[in-house]
Amino acid sequence: MKDLWTKTLERIGRSPTRIEATSSVMAIVCGLLFGLALMLIVNPLEAFPGFFTVITGPFQEGLRSLGNMFYFGVPIILTGLSVAFAFKTGLFNIGATGQLTMGALTAVYIGVNWGFLGPFHWVVAVLGAMLAGALWGAIPGLLKAFRNVHEVVTSIMLNYVAMYFNTMIIMNFLYDFQASRTAHPLPSARLPVLFLQNIFPGSRINIGIFIAVFFVAITHILLKKTTFGYELKATGFSRDASRYAGMNEKRNIVLAMVIAGAISGVAGAMMYLIPGRHLPYETILITEGFTGIAIALLGLSAPIGVMLAGLFYGALHQGGTYLQLYDFRPEIIDIIIAVIIYFSALSLFLQKIVKTFIDKRTKASMGLSEEVETR
Amino acid sequence: MEIVVNMQGITKEFPGVIANDKVDFDLRQGEIHALLGENGAGKSTLMSVLFGLFHPDEGSISIRGEEVRINSPRDATKLGIGMVHQHFKLVHNFTVAQNIILGEEDTKNGLLTMEKSIDKIRKLSELYKLKVDPYAKIEDISVGQQQRVEILKMLYREADILILDEPTAVLTPQEIDELIKILKSLAQEGKSIILITHKLKEIKMAADRCTVLRLGKKIGTVNVKKTTNEELAEMMVGREISFTIDKKKAEAGEVVLKVERLCVHSDRSKRDVVKEMGFEVRKGEILCIAGIEGNGQTELVEALTGLRPISGGSVVLNGKDITHASIRERSLAGMAHVPEDRQRHGLVLDYPLEYNLILQQYFAPPFQKKGFLQFAPIRSYAEKLIDAFDIRTGKGAIALARNMSGGNQQKAIIAREMSRHTDLLIAVQPTRGLDVGAIEYIHDLLVSQRDEGKAVLLISLDLYEVMSLSDRIVVIYEGENVGEFDPASVTERELGLYMSGSKRREAS
Repeated sequence: MKDLWTKTLERIGRSPTRIEATSSVMAIVCGLLFGLALMLIVNPLEAFPGFFTVITGPFQEGLRSLGNMFYFGVPIILTGLSVAFAFKTGLFNIGATGQLTMGALTAVYIGVNWGFLGPFHWVVAVLGAMLAGALWGAIPGLLKAFRNVHEVVTSIMLNYVAMYFNTMIIMNFLYDFQASRTAHPLPSARLPVLFLQNIFPGSRINIGIFIAVFFVAITHILLKKTTFGYELKATGFSRDASRYAGMNEKRNIVLAMVIAGAISGVAGAMMYLIPGRHLPYETILITEGFTGIAIALLGLSAPIGVMLAGLFYGALHQGGTYLQLYDFRPEIIDIIIAVIIYFSALSLFLQKIVKTFIDKRTKASMGLSEEVETR
Repeated sequence: MEIVVNMQGITKEFPGVIANDKVDFDLRQGEIHALLGENGAGKSTLMSVLFGLFHPDEGSISIRGEEVRINSPRDATKLGIGMVHQHFKLVHNFTVAQNIILGEEDTKNGLLTMEKSIDKIRKLSELYKLKVDPYAKIEDISVGQQQRVEILKMLYREADILILDEPTAVLTPQEIDELIKILKSLAQEGKSIILITHKLKEIKMAADRCTVLRLGKKIGTVNVKKTTNEELAEMMVGREISFTIDKKKAEAGEVVLKVERLCVHSDRSKRDVVKEMGFEVRKGEILCIAGIEGNGQTELVEALTGLRPISGGSVVLNGKDITHASIRERSLAGMAHVPEDRQRHGLVLDYPLEYNLILQQYFAPPFQKKGFLQFAPIRSYAEKLIDAFDIRTGKGAIALARNMSGGNQQKAIIAREMSRHTDLLIAVQPTRGLDVGAIEYIHDLLVSQRDEGKAVLLISLDLYEVMSLSDRIVVIYEGENVGEFDPASVTERELGLYMSGSKRREAS
């Protein structure tokens, strides 16, 4: 048993990626423990059963809750992917929210008005969202590449521009006065549910999960296997060295932001091209974009990691829907996630802890065996 | 003579390396003691232990016969130990006096009183012939003078054990002579000096004794007067080193690079930093641009390689005007570039070695097919270069460039640039900071490139390198070509005069 333990530690210690992954898991554990502590304070009697329900959320109602986990995970996987992709190229895309808003607005606009498209309606709406997000992402990209304006500043400001623009367009063109809310996309614009309804009966799952997986696969291949990814990552690691190598580092920065924006835009379409959800017309920032930052951190900015982290988010969220049964507010989930964000932001610190811990343990055992050998 | 520093059995281990392995070292009062060794031999570690920057794992230190524990540079200063680091630690927009008193300010009622301090600085600088103007700003004085400020800083703190880390790396021959005179007079006044260096000539000129380290172990301490350069080098490297570079006479062919009236404007200093510079490099020759650091060499190379726009004049490579061509176009037109800053420009530090070796070729077959990287050819190309250029890493082709030693990083860049079959190789300080073994190797490679018919443009600050490698020398001073020389008929001293701007002649 102890052997297995040291062996595992050694295996983790050998690869930096594994150390990083361990620190992500630690962030999650810390966040969950904090949530548990909070629940104990709020309602000690129900805390443990409630907590248990949260972490087993996707299995509470069999396939239905599992399907909902996917449903909740989709936009977060996409925004996480958007942030992670930009991050791989050395850019901090804090503007995922704005890109998502622009995407959602475009998708809803097409969804409400372009019914003549028939069976292609939803496809065009998603593509429109993608285009809108891409354009919104291009702005900070261009400013960064050509004027060296920091993308964090510009993309934060564009979040607000998108927010107000959203309200303006809705109030002028998309407001449903009878229902006092944003008009609902036509049924032809809704994301198809396909056969998934049969596998996950009663859940809200739709084609979105396939679209998310598709983007995960595309970005994974792009970053790992192509010369374009090679260039993007080189630019991200060292702008100077990629310039020296003759790469067009300005173009790479713009393209990276365009792609990141496009993915966020699709996330917007995934969120509002479904029955029963209405694009908020109030001037509020859509939080999924910011959650994406945390998911990207947790997923170590790797597409596959982001997918796993996004699904974890979906699971927690699904678990949170049951919390009211135990007399808790579902907002506890948001707090837990916020704490996980905090800990994942401390990931460097956690990595160091993991590293020293592993070094100590493995060294202690190695030192012993060495001594034996010298004797 | 009294022994002022006695280090016994110092061992310092870093993860994976033993930087110092039971090293003994002693310093006598009033001597200049050189500490010689290749990069990574443990010189700096040993001195950092003495200066309180590192804790030794084992061993003891006695200062003037008393055993001490030095926990921080502050402790070291209290014990009268001072250190001049290789990269000066001066505040550039402060005056000389302000820099010297920094941390030791005299105050009265909480207000600075400079007069007394300046008085003391004046006295010290007279006593040791360290001429500097206490009111001059650091950014306005030469590197040699900045070094004097660093020495004064130690003396002001009443240090009598002085450690100088590679003090001559940034100086001209004349300044080096000056420095050695100063060091000797300091020693005569009873100061004890440790000189960290890998330049044998200076050890012969300045030091009394010399301790040689190799791979963390002490090889021995010798009397400098009774030891030859060759013996010292052999102790340092562990094998015989040839000081003369074997090279045939150059057979210069057609012109590969033609630079005419080149001007480069700097937005930062708002003036031309390269002025009407002109020269030619031919096939089969090594042209060296010699000069003191900061005389426009960096900008010149950036302009030639496309990293910086050219504001006037023209650059022609193989008959093709590349004055305004992109970096990629220049690279494809036959230009290879070993950059000055290998970590900033030369390598993507977070990429594995194999990716770094295809940095300008990743888009060309066989490394690319239909937009996808071809991992098998990339790996085999990397392994070929690792073999051919003896690049040593812990993990072979997949080692991160960041985790490689400086010498191997440089070898990787040189391997990449030399394997690209270009007509022109621009090498900027290709041996800076490397040890004798690696320097010898890189010098041989440069000569072999020349013999293969490439045009080599070498930019170097090291006069020894300039004299022994080049077939022609162009001296650059304040961005201008102040003279062209044949290394066979010019002395280092003469070149030094041109490099420092005391003499000039019109370019032929």
